[in-house]
Amino acid sequence: MSAPFSWIKPEPHGIHISPADCWVDPSKAVGKALVTHGHADHARGGHGETIATPETLAIMELRYRTGAEDDAGEIPHKAVPVEYGETIRLKGGVDATYIPAGHVLGSAQILLEHAGERVIVTGDYKRREDPTCPAFEVTPCDIFITEATFGLPLFTHPPIEDEMAKLLDRLAAHPDRCVLVGAYALGKAQRVIAELRRAGHRHPIYLHGAMEKMCRLYEEHGVDLGELRLVSDYAKDDMRGAIVVCPPSALNDRWSRRLPDPITAMASGWMRVRQRARQRNVELPLVISDHADWGELTRTIKEVDAQENWITHGREDALLRWCQLHQRRARALALVGYDDEDD
Amino acid sequence: MEEFAALIDALVYTRSRNEKLRLIAEYLRATPDPDRGWALAALSDGLDFPAVKSSTIRNLMKDRIDPVLWSLSRDFVGDTAETASLLWPAPDEPPSPPSVSETVELLEAMNRKTVVSELPKLLDRLDPSGRYALLKLATGGMRIGVSSRLAKTAFAQAFDVSVDEVEEYWHGLAPPYPELFAWAAHGEDPPDIENLPTFRPFMLAHPLEETVVDLADYAAEWKWDGIRVQLVRAGDETRIYSRSGDDISATFPELLDVLPFPAVLDGELLVRGTHQGGEEGGAASFNALQQRLGRKTVSKKMLKEAPAFVRLYDALLVEGEDLRPSPWTERRARLEALMERLPYSHFDLSRIVEARDFDHLAQIREGSRDDSIEGLMLKRKDSPYIAGRRVGYWYKWKRDPLLVDCVLMYAQRGSGKRSSFYSDYTFGCWDGDPDRGADLLPVGKAYSGFTDEELKKLDRHVRRNTVNRFGPVRETDKSLVFEVAFDSVHESKRHKSGLAMRFPRIHRIRWDKPPHEADRVEALRALVRD
Repeated sequence: MSAPFSWIKPEPHGIHISPADCWVDPSKAVGKALVTHGHADHARGGHGETIATPETLAIMELRYRTGAEDDAGEIPHKAVPVEYGETIRLKGGVDATYIPAGHVLGSAQILLEHAGERVIVTGDYKRREDPTCPAFEVTPCDIFITEATFGLPLFTHPPIEDEMAKLLDRLAAHPDRCVLVGAYALGKAQRVIAELRRAGHRHPIYLHGAMEKMCRLYEEHGVDLGELRLVSDYAKDDMRGAIVVCPPSALNDRWSRRLPDPITAMASGWMRVRQRARQRNVELPLVISDHADWGELTRTIKEVDAQENWITHGREDALLRWCQLHQRRARALALVGYDDEDD
Repeated sequence: MEEFAALIDALVYTRSRNEKLRLIAEYLRATPDPDRGWALAALSDGLDFPAVKSSTIRNLMKDRIDPVLWSLSRDFVGDTAETASLLWPAPDEPPSPPSVSETVELLEAMNRKTVVSELPKLLDRLDPSGRYALLKLATGGMRIGVSSRLAKTAFAQAFDVSVDEVEEYWHGLAPPYPELFAWAAHGEDPPDIENLPTFRPFMLAHPLEETVVDLADYAAEWKWDGIRVQLVRAGDETRIYSRSGDDISATFPELLDVLPFPAVLDGELLVRGTHQGGEEGGAASFNALQQRLGRKTVSKKMLKEAPAFVRLYDALLVEGEDLRPSPWTERRARLEALMERLPYSHFDLSRIVEARDFDHLAQIREGSRDDSIEGLMLKRKDSPYIAGRRVGYWYKWKRDPLLVDCVLMYAQRGSGKRSSFYSDYTFGCWDGDPDRGADLLPVGKAYSGFTDEELKKLDRHVRRNTVNRFGPVRETDKSLVFEVAFDSVHESKRHKSGLAMRFPRIHRIRWDKPPHEADRVEALRALVRD
C-alpha cells in the first residue's frame, strides 16, 4: 500500500496522476490531458488525448482545430467528452467526475478518486450566478485544489447588476459616443452581453471580429445573446449610442479609431484597484470577474471542508495565510504557465 | 463629501486634460463656499493634517486585519490610502457622509492621540469611494494626475479669470481661499498681496536637446549645482522659497536678515567651498549643501562650517517695482546695479559665460565637468519673466551624464501608476574581479529612464529570475546589466560601497551584455570629485 495521495502530484507543468499517466490542465503538450475549461492557460493544444466537457472540447476545437486531419488524413487527436455529473474510469483505477465550476461555458471541477481518496481540481471557478453556465457545486473531498486569482481580501466583486447599471447610465449620458467594453473573448464577453440583455438592453451589440466565433459557439450551446453585429460591417455613425465589445488587447489599439469617440470600459476583477484601471487607460472600470473573489474563495474552502487545501495560481500567499489563521491545512503549488492578467 | 469623492473618482479615470479641467471647473461652480475652497486646496496639495500620516492608516488597519494580509494587499495595490479604503470593514450603519468643510474641521481637530479613535468614526460614515477621497485628502498628495497648476487653471476657467493672476495671488492666501472666491466668483476686489512676503512662481527652462540657438539673441550662464531659491522680502520679513514654493526659511537662518530692501530675487543657494566657480569666491559641491537640507534646527557649528549664500540669477521685484514684464537684459542690468547694495558675504552674481559662437559654447560646456557645474542655461535676451516653462525663452543645457555598467540585484514594486510593476531597481558593481569570485556591491537605485514597454519587459525579467523574496523586494539572479547614467558620484557612509550617485537613472538596458562585463566599484570611485 502506497502512502496516502502519492498517486497525485503537483509538477511545475500541471498536476500529474501517475496510475493513469495523465495530467490535469498541463501547460505543455502531453499524451493524455484532463482539461477543466477552455481558457488558453488551462487548455492548450497538442495533447494526444483530451478529456473534457463537450462544451470545452468545442471551444478547443474552435481555437486549435484539434479535430483537423493531418497530411495522412488521420485525426491525430482524440477527444473524449464527459458530461457534467458523468464519471469516467481512467487507467490504474482512477475515476474522474466532471462537476460544474461556474467559471465559463463548459467549465468543470474535476473530482479524482483513487483507493478511496478524493481530490478535486477546481480549475477556475466562481460562486456568483452566471446566465452562460451552470453554477459551482460544492462537493466533499479530501484534498481541494483551488485557484487563487483574486486571493487578496481587498477583492470583493460587487453585484453585477450595479456594474451593468453603471455601464448603461454612462451609455445613456453620451448618446453621440459609444462605450467600448474590453472583455476576455471566452466567457467574459458572452457573460457581459447576456447580463446586458437581462438588464433590459435590447439594442444591437457590436463585436470586434475576434469575438464573433466564440459568441456563435455560445449561441449554439443555447445561450441567448440577442442581436449581435460585427463592427467591420457598419459605419461609425451606426455605432453612436451603442455598446461595442472587444478583447482587452484591442482597447487602446488603432482598431478603435473606427469607433465614434469611444468611452473605454473594461470588465475585469482587477478594475477594483484604481491604479490597475489607470494603467490600462480605462475610463469606465467595470468590476466583473469570472473568478471567485476573496469572500467566495474563503467561503468555498470552508464549505468544501477538505482535510487539505492546495492553492494553485494567483495570490496564493494570502490565501495560504488565511488557511493558517483558520487552522486549515494548506500548501501552495508552484505551477508555471498560468496567466491571470486579462481577467 | 459624496460630490468630492465622485470628482476624485472621475479624475482618476480621466485621461484628457480638457476633460479634467471641465470636471474640476464644474465642481467649483456647483459647490458652495467654503467646501469648494477646501476641495481646491486638496487638489493643489495645499492641505496638511499633521496628525494623519500614512503610518497612522497602517496602524489603524493593523487592528482590523491580519498584518500579513494587510501588507500583501498594500503591496499589490501600491497605495496605502486606496488599500485601506478597500479593506475598511463595512459599518453596520448606512453611510452619513460629512461635508468637505466638516471633514476638514474634524481632521484639523485631531492630534496624534485622538486620531486613533476619531479617524475610524469618520471612515465609518463613508462608502469605499468616500473613504478613498477622505484618506487622500487627509494624508495630502492626491496623486491622481492633477497638478497644482491644473487645479488653478480649472479655477481660472470656472470663473473666467486669468490663471496668471490666480498664480500671483495664490501664494499669499490660505485655504479655503475666501478672498480668491470673493474676487473670482463674486466679483469683489482682488486680494491685496503687495505687503506680504509671498512666493512668485519660478520661470523654468526647457531642455535644449537638438536646438541650436544664436548667441546674438541668447545669453549663457552656468547652471549651478545647488538649490534654486527665491528670496523674498516684504515689509520687515524675509522668506526663502524652494522651487516648489515651499518655505525653507528656517533651514537657512543666516539669509533672513541680509536683504536690505524689499525685493523678490531668483538665485541658486549654495554653501561656501572651493568647488563651484572657485575663482570667484566659490561654493562647495552639492554633497556639502545636502548636509544642510531638511533640517529643522541648524547648529552654530554648521553655520560656521557650511555657511549659505545666494548666487543671483534674476530680479523679479525691487522696491515695489515689478520687473517681470521687462526683457531679461534690462532685469540683468538692474540686478548688476543692485549688487553693490547687497552684502558680499551672502550674495554674488551668477556670471555670464562669454562665447564666440554656439560651437565655442559647446566646447566650454564640455570643460564644465571639472567645475561641478550642472551645465549651462541659455536665456533669450528679450524674455520677460514668466511663470512656468515657455517654449523658446529659457533652455537648460545639462552636461552629458556619466555612465557606468551595473548589474540588477534587487527590485521592488512601484507605487501609483506603476503599482504591481517591479519598477524600482537596486543595482551593483563588482567589488573586484568577478571571474575570481568577487561579489556585487549595491551602488545605487533607480526608477526612471525606461519606457512603459521596457518596464513591462523588466517586470517580466524580475518575476522570472527571482531567487529570493524579502517582503515587497525581490532579489534577482543578477543576470541583467543596466547602463546607468548619473550626474555625479560622492563618498557616502550610508552605502556599503561607500559611494552615492546623484540622479541615477537607467540609460540603456543591456539585454545583450554578460554581467561579468559590468563595471567594478573602483571604476565608479575614480569618478568621485570631492
